[in-house]
Amino acid sequence: MPERNDDAYWKANIRLVLSLLAVWFIVSFGAGILLVEVLDNIRMGGFKFGFWMAQQGSIFVFIVLIFVYINRMDKLDERYRRSGSDREDSMQ
Amino acid sequence: MSVQFWTFFFVILTFGLYIGIAIWSRVRSTQDFYVAGKHVPPIANGMATAADWMSAASFISMAGLISFLGRDGAFYLMGWTGGYVLLALLLAPYLRKFGKYTVPDFIGDRYYSHTARLTAVFCAIVISFVYVCGQMQGAGIVFSRFLEVDIVYGVMIGMAIVFFYAVLGGMKGITYTQVAQYCVLIFAFMVPAIFISILMTGQAIPQMGFGSQLTEAFGGGYLLDRLDGLSEQLGFPAYTEGQRSMQDMFFITAALMIGTAGLPHVIIRFFTVPHVRDARRSAGYALIFIAILYTTAPAVAAFARTNLINTVDNVEYSAMPEWFNKWEATGLITFEDRNADGLIQYTGDAATNELDVNRDIMVLANPEIAELPNWVVALVAAGGLAAALSTAAGLLLVISSAVSHDLLKRAYMPEITEKEELLFARMSIFMAVLVAGYFGINPPAYVAQVVAFAFGLAAASFFPAIVMGIFQRRMNRHGAVSGMIAGFSFTALYIIYFRFINPAVDNADNWLFGISPEGIGSLGALLNLLVAWTVCRFTPEPPAEVQALVADIRRPEVD
Repeated sequence: MPERNDDAYWKANIRLVLSLLAVWFIVSFGAGILLVEVLDNIRMGGFKFGFWMAQQGSIFVFIVLIFVYINRMDKLDERYRRSGSDREDSMQ
Repeated sequence: MSVQFWTFFFVILTFGLYIGIAIWSRVRSTQDFYVAGKHVPPIANGMATAADWMSAASFISMAGLISFLGRDGAFYLMGWTGGYVLLALLLAPYLRKFGKYTVPDFIGDRYYSHTARLTAVFCAIVISFVYVCGQMQGAGIVFSRFLEVDIVYGVMIGMAIVFFYAVLGGMKGITYTQVAQYCVLIFAFMVPAIFISILMTGQAIPQMGFGSQLTEAFGGGYLLDRLDGLSEQLGFPAYTEGQRSMQDMFFITAALMIGTAGLPHVIIRFFTVPHVRDARRSAGYALIFIAILYTTAPAVAAFARTNLINTVDNVEYSAMPEWFNKWEATGLITFEDRNADGLIQYTGDAATNELDVNRDIMVLANPEIAELPNWVVALVAAGGLAAALSTAAGLLLVISSAVSHDLLKRAYMPEITEKEELLFARMSIFMAVLVAGYFGINPPAYVAQVVAFAFGLAAASFFPAIVMGIFQRRMNRHGAVSGMIAGFSFTALYIIYFRFINPAVDNADNWLFGISPEGIGSLGALLNLLVAWTVCRFTPEPPAEVQALVADIRRPEVD
């Protein structure tokens, strides 16, 4: 039983990390480098959008990503810690 | 009151503060010395990490570099912040769960091998030394330019201060001085930026001013449009257009991100918090604190560039303000009246350009260029010193713990007591300060180039080894060690070849896949992964207790 529980926690963790890294890649390497010329056609006040993503926007997204991760992992830890202790109780 | 007075005032005030913290935070155990007793609250650790990370280069040079690179400067901005996403998601929580003191600790235990531990010690020391020399030199420059103290004394004062709190307080002293240094450096960076933003755009938030309209006095219109126009008019490329090839941008950004996440002095900061969840939190806080400076820097770059062009272009040399002559005296600004018309021609064409401006000026002289009050001008010196000293201290601790803990206690002299280990730790910090000071006073001519080295090496050696150690249970010592050696040597050779042996061919035509030496670390990291994975497939799996260690690192923490 404990094996399977750890596995489920780890799988949920990997899923979360991969989806956050996908966003990380899209905003920095995608919007800031690969698609920057295309996005520059969009104006946002005094900024061309691609330029803004490369120099400021991506950094704001990075912060959001880490805080989403913190929040989700706290919940995940909480859930699996509880089921972990149940497990110990049932073994006694 | 004069700039000189205010500079002394701020420098003495902040140094007094650092010394006070040092006396308050003396330590007696190795746990306190290496990881501040694991008692650091996440917010404080976030600030300390930010100060640890933001070096003299971030504070003094980065905005200036961006103002000459235009949009391409983004690789610094994204590279040096995006690495924190990797740190938070892939490294920090697991290394904290592992719960020891150093990066070689993890590599050595996870890969159950002396060779792995020693390879890691070697990488950690090389990377940190390269870095720390640059910091000492930065401190020396600030002293000599602002206080007109000889650079030798400047470096010695800096060494004495770092020595004092690092030897007495170890990680604990360093952490709490870094918290204070963060406050000093961010204040010193933001105050001039806010002043200039209000002056030029009427916006108090520089990040907003960056995308706003200039005031009438500066000619109106959006700042960036105006800057594009001015640049093209003078024969420079438009500011918001890129010059480097896309693949080079891609690889440099990747190398800086991966390198950031692999730098040992940043990684060990996450060993100092009480819980795994605090390690995640401190990465988040650290990035917020860093982002305050990193989102302001591109705005400062654009303001400074516009201001500089407005001030100098086609203006009579004799009518230049005081700061111009002052910085001319230091050699950071040079003017040669080629067509002898008494006017300054600043152009993108090497044949007619008469003005050469060192990029560091953009931050150092920016407040003067914008005619801000003397106390604001003076703040820059205290901020630059805080940035240089905080980073230097973090690096020195890595060197010290690599010697006393990894090399002596864990590898060659396991019988020493904790008290003796602590003594060795203090002695090795002392030695490291001396060596760093020596290189600060006699800087090797290639300091700027070797920084690329530190990032490339961290990216190609540590990052893949640690990530595989956590995410690949099957990864064994044969794979990890050969991967580290392959990645490290490939990256080192590539940089050494293009930067030192044959600089004449250091251009895009000769680079491998068009990747400059700054970006090669990302390819090195890839090579490390490939080699490790291949070797691992043909060699025995790691012993059961190591697999149990990996399983434990992955399990949620129980309080």
